[in-house]
Amino acid sequence: MKKQEAKSLRAFAIELAIYSVLVTVYFFLVLHLLGEWLYHLESQHRYLYAVVALLLIAGQAVALDAVTTLLFRLLRGRWR
Amino acid sequence: MFFPISNTHINPIYLVVVGFVIGILGGFFGVGGSFIAGPALRLMGVDWNYAVGTDLAHIVGKSIVAARQHRTLGNVDFKLGWFMALGTIGGAECGAQLIQALKRAGNVNTVVSFVAIVVYFSIAVFMLWESQKTLRSEKKGSRKQSAAKGAQSKEDHSAFHPVTQSIQRLKIWPMIELPTSGVKISLWTILLVAFVGGFFSGFLGGGAGYIRMPSMVYVLGIPTHLAVGTDLFEIVISASYGTFSHAIKGNVDILIALVMHTGAVIGAQIGVVATQYFAGPKIRLAFVPLPLIGAAIVIYTLMTGHKL
Repeated sequence: MKKQEAKSLRAFAIELAIYSVLVTVYFFLVLHLLGEWLYHLESQHRYLYAVVALLLIAGQAVALDAVTTLLFRLLRGRWR
Repeated sequence: MFFPISNTHINPIYLVVVGFVIGILGGFFGVGGSFIAGPALRLMGVDWNYAVGTDLAHIVGKSIVAARQHRTLGNVDFKLGWFMALGTIGGAECGAQLIQALKRAGNVNTVVSFVAIVVYFSIAVFMLWESQKTLRSEKKGSRKQSAAKGAQSKEDHSAFHPVTQSIQRLKIWPMIELPTSGVKISLWTILLVAFVGGFFSGFLGGGAGYIRMPSMVYVLGIPTHLAVGTDLFEIVISASYGTFSHAIKGNVDILIALVMHTGAVIGAQIGVVATQYFAGPKIRLAFVPLPLIGAAIVIYTLMTGHKL
C-alpha cells in the first residue's frame, strides 16, 4: 500500500513539474501575444471583449484539463 | 508583471499560487473560492470592481474543470443545476447593478468590504454550529450501531434536517421531482435559494458557492456530495453570465484570470479526488475556516489601506 502511495506521489510530482514548465511558457506567450490586443479590445469594444474573455477562459479550462488528464494517465502507466 | 486592463502590477507566481489554493478548495467544497480570491486580489491593489469581475472569469474556467471531474463521480444533479442557473442569473444581475450604483456613488470598496465581513462571519458561525451538532449526534448514534463502516459511515446527516423537512413540505405549485438528489421540492424554493446566491455572486464576486452550497444542503436538503458537484455545474453557467455582465461594464481583467486559472486546474483535480474520502458533516466542518480567512483578509485590507 505504501509502495503504491509512493508511486502515485512520484507520478504527481513529475506531472506537476512538467505542467509547471508548460504553463510558464504558455502564460508568458499569452500575456505577450494577447496583452496589448485585449487591452485595446477592452477599452474600445466591450461586448466583443466580453465574448473573447469567456471563450479564452473556457478554452483554457478544457485544454489544460485535457493536458493534466493526459499527463496523469501517461505517468501512472509509466510508474505502474 | 504589469496588467494594463486593471492597471496593476502583480507577481504572476502569486496569482498561480492563489489559483492553486482556490482550485483545491473549489474541487473539495464546490465553491468558487471568491472569499479568498477577491481579498487576495485586493491585497495586490486591484480595485474591488475588478477583483469581483476578474474572479468570476477565473471561476468559470476552474468550475469547468471541477464539474467535469465531479460528473465522472456521479456527483452532479443536472436538472437541479439548470433550474438554479435561472434564479442565479437574475440575482447576479441585481448584484452587478448594485455594484455599478456604488461605483457611481464612489463608495464601492467600503460597502462591499463591510457586507463581505458580515456574510463570511455568519456563514462560518452557522456551519460550525450545525456540523458540530451533527457530528455529536452521529457519535451518539454510532455507539448504538457500532457496526457502521465504509460507505455507511459517509452517510449524510444534518442537525438542520427538521427545518429542511418543513421547507420540503411547502407544497407551492409547481413541485419539482429531483430523482438524482432524491428530493421533491417547490420550484419557487429552488429559484429563491438560487436568486439569493446569485445576488451575492454579482455583489461580492465569485460563484457565491459559500452561500449556495450550504443553502442546497440545509434549505433544499440535497446530499453534500451532490450539492458540491451540482453547485460547480451551476457556477459554470451563472459565472459565465456574471463574467459577461461585468466585462461589458469594464470590471474584468481577463489576463489576471487566465494566469490564476493555470494554478487552479491542478488544484481542482486534487480537491475533487479528496471529496471521496470524507463524509458530508466533516466536509462542512472543514469548510468553516474558509469564510473566516476571507473575512480576516478583508478586515486587514480595510485597516491597512487595501495593500499588503
